[in-house]
Amino acid sequence: MSTAAVNQPAAHPENGTAPQEATVTSTSAPTATSTSTPTEMPTATPTETPTATAQPAGPAPGARSGRTGARRLAGAATKVGPLLAAVAGIVAVWYVVTYLVLSPERRFLLPPLHQVLGSTLGNPLVMGPMLDALWQTVGVALCGLAIAVVIGVGYAVVMVQSGWAERILYPYAVILQTIPILALTPLIGIWMGYGFSARIVVCVIIALFPMIANTLFGLQSASPAAHDLFTLNRATRAQRLLKLQFPAALPSIFTGLRNAAGLSVIGAIVGDFFFQQGSPGIGGLLRTYTLRLNMDALFMAIILTALFGVAMFSVFAALDRAVIGRWYGRGAA
Amino acid sequence: MSAATTTSTSTTPRPASMTRTLVLDDVTKAFPTGTVALEGVSLSVVAGEFVSVVGPSGCGKSTLLRLASGLDDASGGEVEVNATSTSYVFQEPTLLEWRSALRNVELVGELRGVPKLERRRRAREALDLVGLSGFEKQHPRQLSGGMRMRVSIARALVAEPDLALFDEPFGALDEITRLRMQTELQSLFALKSFAGLFITHSVSEAVYLSTRVVVMSGRPGRVVADIPVPWAYPRTPELRYEPEFGALVGEVSAALGEHS
Repeated sequence: MSTAAVNQPAAHPENGTAPQEATVTSTSAPTATSTSTPTEMPTATPTETPTATAQPAGPAPGARSGRTGARRLAGAATKVGPLLAAVAGIVAVWYVVTYLVLSPERRFLLPPLHQVLGSTLGNPLVMGPMLDALWQTVGVALCGLAIAVVIGVGYAVVMVQSGWAERILYPYAVILQTIPILALTPLIGIWMGYGFSARIVVCVIIALFPMIANTLFGLQSASPAAHDLFTLNRATRAQRLLKLQFPAALPSIFTGLRNAAGLSVIGAIVGDFFFQQGSPGIGGLLRTYTLRLNMDALFMAIILTALFGVAMFSVFAALDRAVIGRWYGRGAA
Repeated sequence: MSAATTTSTSTTPRPASMTRTLVLDDVTKAFPTGTVALEGVSLSVVAGEFVSVVGPSGCGKSTLLRLASGLDDASGGEVEVNATSTSYVFQEPTLLEWRSALRNVELVGELRGVPKLERRRRAREALDLVGLSGFEKQHPRQLSGGMRMRVSIARALVAEPDLALFDEPFGALDEITRLRMQTELQSLFALKSFAGLFITHSVSEAVYLSTRVVVMSGRPGRVVADIPVPWAYPRTPELRYEPEFGALVGEVSAALGEHS
């Protein structure tokens, strides 16, 4: 293409579109589209476009979806592979410490993995209460996360309405973030009792800040020119929020959501740990097992909480990718 | 579109009705920092006129456009706009990345309360006009730089503007795309009867596109020359290689050189 353009630079630098370019017709649709397509299309797009448009009534939908299915599987493998390797590494270190570092009389401090699994998984008297407790904690974490999302996004939306609103309201968010949660938790217990709602409050306090901070950052991320565009078209405040600021914030909101999801797990477990009234959460059991020096059950509980944390993070990371990918158009990087 | 038939016959300059779409009278703009961007600038654009403003960087060209659009207020003098619809094409395409090309063009109608079917039809027409039919569903990230700017121009045209303001829209494009965009823009101007005000730092771009080229001095910006361009629209790309074209570019450059 470029060589052809160099060959006739004087008359037709546009190359290939030469005969039409000389007249106005070039800007009328059919010719301009057909000629400019091959030169202007980014390389990735031509392969994406037919797939996207042909899918509903494509000639061989089975073959096509089969191919993408295989590709998706390969993609999943490259993502899961490192994770599995990391788990294997942790298990390896675990066994090394158990058998090579610890002397036999101190081995109870870190029982080997197979012993932990063997004495717990097959024993419904241990696993039953533990899964119930985990379930309880999942409920607190999800509930706390939902509340943190609603409050966090709402708070940021209010802040972005004016400079002074942000100056007045942002310090509260920062203070909430900087107070050590362990200092605040006993107080929450005294005020609210030691039940379910107190656990949720702790969870919300821990998960809230990343929601506020990321949403605010996202709401402010639209370019000044985009704001000018809305100003010039006399957009209302609601139109600006819903059609510019909020959509622009969506990727940041998902980043906040991912972080808040991980933190909500921590918050729920901290809440469990302090507030033992009512049915225990997994954090409550962690404390009980520790006090009884029930090492096998303690390690099983730790494994379960870790899996829970990873699951929460992964779900929201996947949601993030799916939604944002769609948001910016299929095939966008 | 009937674009081709309407425009290929209009080989004479259209009769410029004497409505002065944009009038700047002795306009001054000083910023709180003390910088005087514009001083005593008088300029008017009538319907059917396409005026380019060239000047050294920092001479307040963009400020001029912000005043004309009402995005900023002048510190002195009068800015008068007689247009029911004004469009603004930014330096960057300024597209909303989460919207398809079509929905980006539709945005203007959405904000102005045009019913959905109507604004969608107009958006399709506008995309068609800039040669992007078939790309309605593409998102900005899937389009090249030139195509993104075309969407931006379509978004300006969809409002059927009486006054169209351009803030160096082709400055960031590569040379080949830039020349092609110039060709397309002047033919769109031949098609639509808006008053155009185009900011650029390229003298040949100004001469090629315009009915008049206004030359500004360095800061504080003043109008130092106002040079009419004679050729009828649509203009061919080859016009750029005519001796008369070169002579006019030379004249504008000389005016620019004396005052920068």
